[in-house]
Amino acid sequence: MKTECKDCGAEITVTNDAMVGEIITCPDCGADFEIVSKKEDTIEIKPAESVGEDWGQ
Amino acid sequence: MVQICIIYDKIRFEEKTLFRKIEEKGLLSNLIDGKSLTFDTNSRKDDFQLGDIILQREVSHTRGLHITACLESLGLNVVNTFSVNEVCGNKLLTSLALVKYNVPTPHTSFAFSSESANRLMESLNFPLVVKPVVGSWGRGVYQINDKRAAEIWIDSREEIGSPFSRIYYIQERIDRPPRDIRCIVVGESIVASVYRHAAENEWITNVAMGGKTEEGPMNSELQEITLKAAEAVGNGILGIDLMEDKERGYLVHEINNTVEFRGASLVSKNDIAGSMVDYLVSECRK
Repeated sequence: MKTECKDCGAEITVTNDAMVGEIITCPDCGADFEIVSKKEDTIEIKPAESVGEDWGQ
Repeated sequence: MVQICIIYDKIRFEEKTLFRKIEEKGLLSNLIDGKSLTFDTNSRKDDFQLGDIILQREVSHTRGLHITACLESLGLNVVNTFSVNEVCGNKLLTSLALVKYNVPTPHTSFAFSSESANRLMESLNFPLVVKPVVGSWGRGVYQINDKRAAEIWIDSREEIGSPFSRIYYIQERIDRPPRDIRCIVVGESIVASVYRHAAENEWITNVAMGGKTEEGPMNSELQEITLKAAEAVGNGILGIDLMEDKERGYLVHEINNTVEFRGASLVSKNDIAGSMVDYLVSECRK
């Protein structure tokens, strides 16, 4: 499954077992995107939240 | 049939593994993006079809804490609880909880302004280790070797807009091997113990900083200290991090409330995610 980077337009390959909520990274520009929805052949992404001061485990 | 809800804001290895384990065990699952939730003062439990028990897995501590408060106010059963999240998400509160329960922990000092932090650090023996009270993955953790470095660190904190940057958490540096131990506690059991070795030219052992894992020890002393530490913060699903002081033995230095276990799962023989799911089922039957 493939989608297009919203920042640089490069092609991003998404594995079949990727889940909604996962973060994918553009191999060309390094921008992070969150998978918003995933149906048969289409995948919707949005820019991922940047890492916050309070992020962690 | 039991339905387990995982509240997340980002799907990592752990959330994916837990989701698959719930399905594998024939239970119902519900994955909810915490960023999509809204509540109000009239919200009722029946407005939300979340499940029998909720596993809080938000990567943002602040968001997770506030969502947990809303869920608990509706009478929903959340693991970990608000109280556990609040203590574990803040290193100062964790240190105080450990001391209260006589759990061995590094000597740690606290200051609340740049002036008092400077005075405090001058009175302590270098090298020292400084950590942000909120945050994880080894970010902002530094070894401070002398007074000049202390001043630079304190000045740099002044530049940060966050109120947490005015809370100064200063710890003795432990004379330890270049590794620490992560014990994963589920309820009253330790389901995994792993060594985390610092990456080359790095002294921080976090897997996020390139640390490597190896199966860890499981002796009675470690078990006693680890379980006491879990009790000190209120129990649940926890990652207890310990260092091996050459003279004092095991010291607990951090407790994680949305524990990551990718590194541990590579070397542990136990089914970490399976134990967590079994615990959630047992908790919702209480």
